[in-house]
Amino acid sequence: MSTTEPCPLPTSSGSDADRTAELAGAVKAAAAEGRALEIRGAGTRAGQGRPVVGDPLDVAAHRGLVDYDPAELVLTARAGTPLAEIEALLEANGQMLAFEPPRFGPGGTLGGAVASGLSGPRRPFTGALRDYVLGVRVLNGRGEVLRFGGTVFKNVAGFDAFRLMAGAHGTLGVLLDVSLRVVPRPAVEAALTLDLPGEEARRRVADLMRRPLPLSGAFHDGERLHLRLSGGRAGVAAAVAGIGGEAADPSGWAAIRDLSHPILAGGEGLWRIALPRTGPAGDFEALPWDQAGGVRWLRAAAPSPGAWEAAARLGGHIQRIRGTADPAFQPLPPPLLALHQRIKAALDPDRILNPGRMYPEV
Amino acid sequence: MLDQFDPRLDAEFPPVDRQALRARLAPLLPAGGYLDGAEALRAYESDGLPAYRSLPAAVVLPETLEQVRAILKACAELEVPVVTRGAGTGLSGGALPFPGGVLLVMSKFSRILEIDPVALTARVQPGVRNLAVSEAAAPHGLFYAPDPSSQLACSIGGNVAENAGGVHCLKYGLTVHNILSVQVVTLDGEVLTLGGPAADAAGLDLMALFTGSEGLLGVVTEVLLRLQPLPETTRLILAAFDDVGRAAQAVAAIMAAGVTPAGLEMMDGPALRAAEDFARAGYPKDAAAILLCEIDGQAEDVAEEIERVSALLRNSGATEVRIARDEDERRRFWAGRKGAFPAMGRLAPDYYCIDGTIPRKSLPFVLAEMGRLAEAHGLGVANVFHAGDGNLHPLILYDANLDGDLAKAEALGGAILELCVSVGGSITGEHGVGREKINQMCVQFSEAEVNAFHALKAAFDPQGLLNPGKAIPTLARCAEYGGMHVHNGALPFAHLERF
Repeated sequence: MSTTEPCPLPTSSGSDADRTAELAGAVKAAAAEGRALEIRGAGTRAGQGRPVVGDPLDVAAHRGLVDYDPAELVLTARAGTPLAEIEALLEANGQMLAFEPPRFGPGGTLGGAVASGLSGPRRPFTGALRDYVLGVRVLNGRGEVLRFGGTVFKNVAGFDAFRLMAGAHGTLGVLLDVSLRVVPRPAVEAALTLDLPGEEARRRVADLMRRPLPLSGAFHDGERLHLRLSGGRAGVAAAVAGIGGEAADPSGWAAIRDLSHPILAGGEGLWRIALPRTGPAGDFEALPWDQAGGVRWLRAAAPSPGAWEAAARLGGHIQRIRGTADPAFQPLPPPLLALHQRIKAALDPDRILNPGRMYPEV
Repeated sequence: MLDQFDPRLDAEFPPVDRQALRARLAPLLPAGGYLDGAEALRAYESDGLPAYRSLPAAVVLPETLEQVRAILKACAELEVPVVTRGAGTGLSGGALPFPGGVLLVMSKFSRILEIDPVALTARVQPGVRNLAVSEAAAPHGLFYAPDPSSQLACSIGGNVAENAGGVHCLKYGLTVHNILSVQVVTLDGEVLTLGGPAADAAGLDLMALFTGSEGLLGVVTEVLLRLQPLPETTRLILAAFDDVGRAAQAVAAIMAAGVTPAGLEMMDGPALRAAEDFARAGYPKDAAAILLCEIDGQAEDVAEEIERVSALLRNSGATEVRIARDEDERRRFWAGRKGAFPAMGRLAPDYYCIDGTIPRKSLPFVLAEMGRLAEAHGLGVANVFHAGDGNLHPLILYDANLDGDLAKAEALGGAILELCVSVGGSITGEHGVGREKINQMCVQFSEAEVNAFHALKAAFDPQGLLNPGKAIPTLARCAEYGGMHVHNGALPFAHLERF
């Protein structure tokens, strides 16, 4: 059976180490004493949650590739592995992460990306981070190592607790290893800009998405629509010709992904307002948007007091990406909050893993 | 036989007073919505796994959300177990009635509530048939991607419960990748919306947790599905091989080349010959294996990919590479594959369909090992695979009228699933654990993991009344089963008493 050997990691990985035993010991000790733990990776996502009062549990040293066979389209790595290293390795093998996770700093880790669950501009076209998580190994709140899911694409044995870990911000377990489905890089990528006001642009994108076009990005900076296309040579060329606009450099999309585009960078805070892609945007209509209109970006210290309610009424929710204002996440209706508390208790009965990171009660 | 529930190894509930149950539930339902006559119950004794049969105390057919809530609340009060059933096409006994329990049949929830061609969504009730969604979306140039082989009959609620796949999930994903939200009712009658119309919802991703939970967490009452535009062009290649191993290597070569086929299926000699006799698909009957590789997308790109894949297939030793000439031939090639299960009737009176998943690279090893196991058990096996995603469907051929044949088939099936786990795969890729694979769960998961599953279930269903004895084994069952199956030299659940 021929399998392809992956290209070696481009950067030094001499510090790779499996720290499962130490981490499990630390969680067990904390559980025995009822001590809360704050799970820490590279610390690049500190703005994406509420402060945790607890002893630091440093997972950044638990790093390194566990398994990668390009022909299987599956990669498994320890949670502390820098995302940039993983993406460089994939690129060297002609593959990529389809969910295009935003990077918030040079050391940002795989574990941090999965814990925050954020997906980049490709999301409406190729799916979310959680769609590509095949399995995880985690420590529960008792320090037991649990493996959910696996390394195969189709696996319906047991509850899909691995998908639940995506976006749980470490409140349900300490991520040890993550197995991801990876995809081939598209043959061709192109970018366009069009002079269209926000709402007209959003309607145009909705219209384009009703046809099988190779779209992979649709962002509006407040003045202009930015489109990206990825796929086969002929399909991309035909779409570019059909859509019109001005050609742009696709590498500019890194700044949209990393939220460092001038319209998103700086300021006291950045808030992600997820709304139905084609529905009314209400008071949020003037804000820049990404993900074909499914995400609005608000640069402010905090949303206005009425914004939370307004987002919920429109079928969406708000979440903090940068800043410190509380709440950091959209408040939950009481029955759902109670269910969150019971799920927390199921996996972390002593409430020692990142307690309060998402909600004070969870 | 696993259709016998064991109070020690599965679950035990207070005995049901049938008259009291009728008095309590029948008034909550429309006329004809409460069935407890022997004849009527018999019609619901099994799902798509007919080897397992058991009778509920009553079958209820609610028509509204309020009726579902009322029934669940009443069952919680009476401590009566509830098994939810959709179209009853599931292959793992997930909708097998719990003896003495209530079977909640959702077939009256059969309306497509809305197709939104701008948002690319369909809001449907759980009893809507899978194929009906794509049919309703087709006038808008859209389709619903998950397409299990049973798509003519299976319903969306069941698809959510099982996280159904299909031949095109290699490119388009499973059910969980194609739904935005589910409205569910929990046992206490609470109505929850998990997920939402936006890209994601606030808090934990409970929609993803609920999908594939096999009726253990709640009852699906409405689903918001994601639709997508129909591809411009779809073309299908049929490649024949004189050796199954070479066909498996061709699969690896295609995936390694960076091609993402819409579907990549494989059938071995016995399967393709039975399918050919059944469906007259035009398969080469002398082949040891065939691959079906479908490519879709923009016309010129598809033509280019078809060239590339054809070359890869020839280089991998294909004895014949045929591109379906037209839509008619493409449909015929697929008809053979989709009819592979019923075609087994030509090879043996009964067949038992297995659903393991493995890493693709293990395919040649697993094929050889499976052949050895089949021989050792004295039964024939025909193989149908979703090769692109490593999902195997060995079809074990047996005769239920022969004493002990079904038990042999079950034993062989169990051995094949454990083989899948041993190479890093899973005991089920898309059919679910249900009742059928309850013992093999003990092989795939540790005691701590099984405990975590029970704790998650209790967060939704603290009384354990929803679909008991399915999907997640009790530790007592694993202790009993583990006594017979020592895994990697270690006895799992070693400290537990063996019954």
